[in-house]
Amino acid sequence: MEPDRDTSLAATVDAPVGWRSRIPARNMLRWETGLGIVVLAIGVLGVSTSSEFLTGTNIFNLGLQSGEIAIMALPMTLIIISGEIDLSVASIMGMASAVLGYLFAKGWPMPAIFVVVLLVGVAAGAINGLLITRVGLPSLAVTIGTLGLYRGVANIILGPNTISNFPTAYTNLGVNGVLGTNLSFSAAIFIVLAVIFGVVLHFTPVGRSIYAMGASPEAATFAGIRVKRIKTLLYITSGVICSLAGVLLTFRLSTAVNTNGLGLELDVVAVVLLGGVSIFGGKGTIVGVVLGVLAFAGISNALLLTNFNQEAASIPVGILLLISVFVPNMAQLTRRLRDAVTRRRHAAPPAPAMGSGHD
Amino acid sequence: MSTTLAPPREPPEAPADLSSRRLTERVFRVRETGIIAVLGLFVLITAVIQPRFVSSSNIQFILVDTSVYALVALGETMVIISRNVDLSVQSVLALSAYLSAGLFGHVHGIPIPVVFLVGFGIGVAFGAANGLMVSLGRVPSLVVTLATLYIIQGIDILIVGGNEVVASSLPSGFTAIPNVTVLGIPWLAIAVAAVIGIGAYYLRTFRSGRELYAIGSNPEGAQLAGIPVARRVFTAFTLCGGIAGVGGVLWAAQYQTINTSAGGNNFSLIVIASVVVGGVAIFGGSGSPVGAAIGALLLGTINVALDVLGISSFWDQAIAGFLLLVAITLDRLISLRLAAALRKRSAHDGT
Repeated sequence: MEPDRDTSLAATVDAPVGWRSRIPARNMLRWETGLGIVVLAIGVLGVSTSSEFLTGTNIFNLGLQSGEIAIMALPMTLIIISGEIDLSVASIMGMASAVLGYLFAKGWPMPAIFVVVLLVGVAAGAINGLLITRVGLPSLAVTIGTLGLYRGVANIILGPNTISNFPTAYTNLGVNGVLGTNLSFSAAIFIVLAVIFGVVLHFTPVGRSIYAMGASPEAATFAGIRVKRIKTLLYITSGVICSLAGVLLTFRLSTAVNTNGLGLELDVVAVVLLGGVSIFGGKGTIVGVVLGVLAFAGISNALLLTNFNQEAASIPVGILLLISVFVPNMAQLTRRLRDAVTRRRHAAPPAPAMGSGHD
Repeated sequence: MSTTLAPPREPPEAPADLSSRRLTERVFRVRETGIIAVLGLFVLITAVIQPRFVSSSNIQFILVDTSVYALVALGETMVIISRNVDLSVQSVLALSAYLSAGLFGHVHGIPIPVVFLVGFGIGVAFGAANGLMVSLGRVPSLVVTLATLYIIQGIDILIVGGNEVVASSLPSGFTAIPNVTVLGIPWLAIAVAAVIGIGAYYLRTFRSGRELYAIGSNPEGAQLAGIPVARRVFTAFTLCGGIAGVGGVLWAAQYQTINTSAGGNNFSLIVIASVVVGGVAIFGGSGSPVGAAIGALLLGTINVALDVLGISSFWDQAIAGFLLLVAITLDRLISLRLAAALRKRSAHDGT
């Protein structure tokens, strides 16, 4: 429904048929392979700069640091492929964390709290989804609004309070790996969810519908796809997964404060776009996003082991993000630049008209 | 507000055209008067409960506090009208605040206008980089400015590190900027209002300004109509960056202690929220900087009003988010009504 999308994309994006046949080898070579090489390079760089990079503890930390972002990136992938966006993810996370802390402080039993927290996620996602599909509002604006609203609810619930001393049985997930391995709990959940999301996106009719509606919402509607229903469900899924991520974050930090997860929405979007998913919808794979997650986690972690200011890890992430949009367009870009140069040389039409960045 | 949307003084064409145009104008005027009405209502209720709210010192405080947001919202409005978005304003503002205010410590006796120029220049450089990538690279602005938000933030962290510019290194003429008043109105608010007025006039009257609306309404159509889309979009981003740079200098004058957290980590989103609450369509083609400024004023007023009413400031963000949702929902409903009414009219006149 967004006017933002170039309709000509619809023609170039393959019809959603099984993913192996659909995505030609040439396409796979394009971004995912390049990203794979980047991930390897980061690994090599990490090993060469620090002997600690490949140790078990560090791999555990790597999974721990980026686990929640990775988990939230999965529903975000589906939402962006469907042609929308969800900027409220980190606020849902914060709201879930606040509810968890608040109810725990009230003395509720953990299982009951989990149910409430998941319901909060469902409600948050449903509000997003209904405003976007039923009222017909642009998802960018709606989720900027709910970004404020949900974070605001977290502020109201917790105020300046910090809730800690959660039972160690739960906070241990920030200390121990799954079944004594070096795999953090959140990383394990990510792997399981990535498989589920990958299967749904690439091997089921629902997944194909998501590509179709991202490529052209009108065509998808006319093809009998329940665009609004599927999008609403995607937002609800996102809400639930983000509240799960909120629970994981709270236990890992062993703290519920109103600023939990603040600003992570941009990291999540960055990881997804880094994975080669098109912001205009209709293109992208889970494999790419998993590689994007690895690249992101690897960069942050490798920098942690060096003397480089850890907080400035945003620079390489930002540069990678720019590369991720420029490289796939490189051929077009050079052609256009060459055209512009020759046209100027011949001086035939003044000022070659260019697009506004919605190609 | 009516000045920005005054009826065009053209000879009337077909009566049907005129009446539908009148209807459109009335509805668009409703958009901005709606925000003013909400603002007025809010001020009134708060003032009845707590008369201290409308004291001149409190009003001055609100105006000064809103100025930076309203100013940056002007640049953001230009970008959003052209159907783009600039998420990087907050990092541009933070870096400009540190570098420009730091000049006072490095260059003794540097004139204040030079510092403003430096801030503007820093912003223009980053804005031009954004604009080049969006217009020539034809990549989505959401991604480009998300990336530059990260990169500039990182640069800021590398440059600033653990340092900060402290108030004692700033000349008194600079730190007094937010406090100077003319007839009880902060000079800063008057200056910002004047700049916004000029911006609104430019967008409404000048050809290149109008072309931004055309680009936002229909990029392909604008290109086919011979509008230099790339150049206009580039200019919008460059100006937006420059304005954010000036915003950084003002931020420094206002808060006087500048480290990596200048601007806060929500600044861009607050600015975009102000713009959208102020009636600028997020997908371009309509709205005005005056509306955006009123949007910023509304959000700023709410912050202060809650404080005055003794409601915890922890409610601010929820209310701002809720208002934004209400604003875009109402806007959508109004435009649906409008479209239906226009269709009815043209069908009626056609037969």
